[in-house]
Amino acid sequence: MAQEQPKEVRSEFIYFALRNRKLRVGLGILVFFLLFAILGPFLTEYEPNAYVGPSAQPPSSEFWFGTTTFGQDVYSQFAHGLRSTFIVGLIGGGIGTLIGVLIGLLAGYRGGMVDESLNMLTNIVLIIPTLAVLIIIAAYLAVRGIFTESVFIGLTAWPWAARAIRAQTFSLRAREFVDLARMSGCNSLRIVLTEIAPNMMSYLLLVFILQFGGAILNAATLDFIGLGPTRGMSLGLMMNNAVLWAALQLGMWWWLIPPGAAIAAIVGALYVMNVGLDEVFNPKLREM
Amino acid sequence: MLRLDNISKVYKVGTFGGKELHAVSNVSFDVKDGEVVSLIGESGSGKSTIGKMILRLIPLSSGAISFNGVDISTLKGSALKEYYRNVQGVFQDPFSSYNPIFKADRVFSIIKEEFFPEMGSREWTDRLENSLRAVGLNPPDVLNKFPHQLSGGQLQRFLIARALLLDIQFLVADEIISMLDASTRIDVLNLLADLKSRGLSILFITHDLSLGYYISERAVMLYRGRVVEMGATEKIYDNPLHPYTKMLMASVPRLDKKWAEAEMELKARPSEILRGCVYYERCPVADKDCASYSPALLEVESDHSVACFHYTERE
Amino acid sequence: MSLQVENLTVYYQTLRGDVQALESATFTIQDGEIMGLAGESGCGKTTLGHSLIYLKPPMRFIKGHVTLDNEELPVWDMERMNDFRFKKISIIPQYAMNAMNPTRKIGKMAEELLGSRKMDFRAILPELKRRLDLVKLSHDVLNMYPIELSGGMKQRMVMVLSALLNPSLLIADEITSALDVSTQKAVAEMLVEFRDREFVKSMIVITHDISILYQIADSIMIMYAGQLAEKAPTDVIIHSARHPYTKLLISSLPKVGVKYAEKRLTGIAGSPPLLLHPPVGCRFRDRCPLAFDQCLEVPPFVEIEKDHFVACWKVLEENAQA
Repeated sequence: MAQEQPKEVRSEFIYFALRNRKLRVGLGILVFFLLFAILGPFLTEYEPNAYVGPSAQPPSSEFWFGTTTFGQDVYSQFAHGLRSTFIVGLIGGGIGTLIGVLIGLLAGYRGGMVDESLNMLTNIVLIIPTLAVLIIIAAYLAVRGIFTESVFIGLTAWPWAARAIRAQTFSLRAREFVDLARMSGCNSLRIVLTEIAPNMMSYLLLVFILQFGGAILNAATLDFIGLGPTRGMSLGLMMNNAVLWAALQLGMWWWLIPPGAAIAAIVGALYVMNVGLDEVFNPKLREM
Repeated sequence: MLRLDNISKVYKVGTFGGKELHAVSNVSFDVKDGEVVSLIGESGSGKSTIGKMILRLIPLSSGAISFNGVDISTLKGSALKEYYRNVQGVFQDPFSSYNPIFKADRVFSIIKEEFFPEMGSREWTDRLENSLRAVGLNPPDVLNKFPHQLSGGQLQRFLIARALLLDIQFLVADEIISMLDASTRIDVLNLLADLKSRGLSILFITHDLSLGYYISERAVMLYRGRVVEMGATEKIYDNPLHPYTKMLMASVPRLDKKWAEAEMELKARPSEILRGCVYYERCPVADKDCASYSPALLEVESDHSVACFHYTERE
Repeated sequence: MSLQVENLTVYYQTLRGDVQALESATFTIQDGEIMGLAGESGCGKTTLGHSLIYLKPPMRFIKGHVTLDNEELPVWDMERMNDFRFKKISIIPQYAMNAMNPTRKIGKMAEELLGSRKMDFRAILPELKRRLDLVKLSHDVLNMYPIELSGGMKQRMVMVLSALLNPSLLIADEITSALDVSTQKAVAEMLVEFRDREFVKSMIVITHDISILYQIADSIMIMYAGQLAEKAPTDVIIHSARHPYTKLLISSLPKVGVKYAEKRLTGIAGSPPLLLHPPVGCRFRDRCPLAFDQCLEVPPFVEIEKDHFVACWKVLEENAQA
């Protein structure tokens, strides 16, 4: 009959979080790559795109990840690319989450016409062929930075988050403490921000993690087909170049595999973390 | 003080909203100053819907509700907020009335922020502690705690104290003790009765006949959204007229007498009756007229009205 | 024959330690007896009911003996209890009527249920139909989906299924709480009918609503905070209870005919203790107006007159003096 103490609930979450293997493994992999992204570039004096050595060299003590066809240091490219991957994930995922949350909360709480029109907006954005739009944009913007790419990804990835949050908001709205707040004279905005949103915190965290992973994948795909930033380095771009210059056929595995493996590992780790967190927050899923 | 005038609530249900569900149909009654009225009905009777319409949590489909002569069904903004200064509600489940991630006191601080923003903190603390004592709680025992650290009875009293902070005149109590333990129920009930003797009007919504008898002067019996009988509590209980009320009195398990041997009619899910008397399908004395016309409430004796053809035809 | 429970002790495992939900329960139920098990939330009545038939984690068996029809029930062993469940002892769990698979027709569900017990559905079908007639359910019910039935109908269906194999003991856990008043009466009376027709030998009816028990139970056992407080024939409990808790509880129940203005009822101050670290001795001690030093020791559940058991030092003292 009695419910959980929020303070104890928080510490109970932490207890289960620390014991959840999926969460530990996923977080571990993520943190490893994050540290690599932050510190990695400092371990090399070579610029990613500079021509610094003999071409097509396998990994050696001088060039840890070998060199590309043009004699660029693969390790340097990898480390810098990892950085931009994380940046895109953060900004793109962040924007997607923000828009999704705002629209979801608004549609879920107000209902009626507001809900109908926001639903229509969501559906439209959902069916827009992002690739076609991106090609058009690419044609107009000669120079694209990583920020532009992140924003674009964010602006097209929010619909599913909005849907999910709308559903959550609907169910929370019917709870009695919301009625009580209405009877206390609170206006809608206040209720949404102070009563409903805090109850969804765990859910919002999961949404953000999925958006983060999705943005990284999205960026990798775009980079791979050449629609990524025109400057800078990213993992997807590495893979793009590797394929363009027949790395696979020429046996230059050190150019193609690290970036692909890294993306797969990071996104995989994020999804595994997500499942683990779900178990932490939802007692019914825990294996006791 | 509060008057309900022919109010109805219709929901659109079914795929594409084709069908209609009449949760409340043409209900009218009033609650006078300092009076406790029991709204008695089982699940599906519409009693909670009526409570929520009075509290402006659900819009009316038709009819009007007036409080001290003012129509409240269309109030908005600051006028609505003024209404909440006078009318509040307490619901059935004490635990879901609190946001589980915050402390229970938050319900008070919201009231202060919305209604008493300029009050000094010392004055507010005094007012708060007085309210808590008025509901039988000891302030140091219950303040600064999370909802789960308090019992159901304490949480319900908290909510009553919150209503008292506003100096309300009218309280809607929707099954407020049905989720409490037997030993605390009576204490909260006695509290309501005490408050009534100090001038509070209460609409006591319940399915439990003995509670209605204990605390209210007048009762309104509700069946599937319509009023079937209403009047002075004693008159209804001593002399139930409507077949539904009679069935209720005979079926409710009592501690002073055993159930009579009468056979109970058990039907499948009732269909939606739009014409005819709402009790037609289960009524032991229904005749064919009852299927086509809906009886109106007619006063059979002073302060005792019933909606049944068997009484209105008796003239 | 009958049910004998001796010193049954069951705890709940939680992160913070063991919740001592049921402590040394000792009582007997005769053949043909419908015993009501009542008490407030947290008193252990559901724990007791479930431990007799389905003791699974987080419940943990500590000690005790349960004998049904002169045969020991291995309640601590979920596997071995399989042989007894449904056949010798059966339960209608709380919310059972909502536990039916919405995508299965009732008949199919019954078939699967019996199949899992290695029973032939077709062989039992005639008896099933006879029982459906008894509870006034048409045979068509077997071809319907749960959503087509009302709450009362679903409850009756579950009752029929639970009692189908004529168990010696049927446990009914809060089966009337979600029903309308008229359906409650019908369902409660049906329980008595099952006993009268000897489909079931004895019953334990768990509820918090004592007035239902007054209508149908032969005896009532009152529990408080995991301990047995009193067991006696129904009339005795309602009109001449001896345990202080029982007396306070009965007197706090509003009855039709009693008005606040005429007679103000009183409740019991305080609230039940948390069972994570329960108080020593009698757990009602803190709220009891008659508590004295002896109460620091757990009072024994003793027969003070025929079929009337009480666990209270004060009552024993009064009896000794009488």
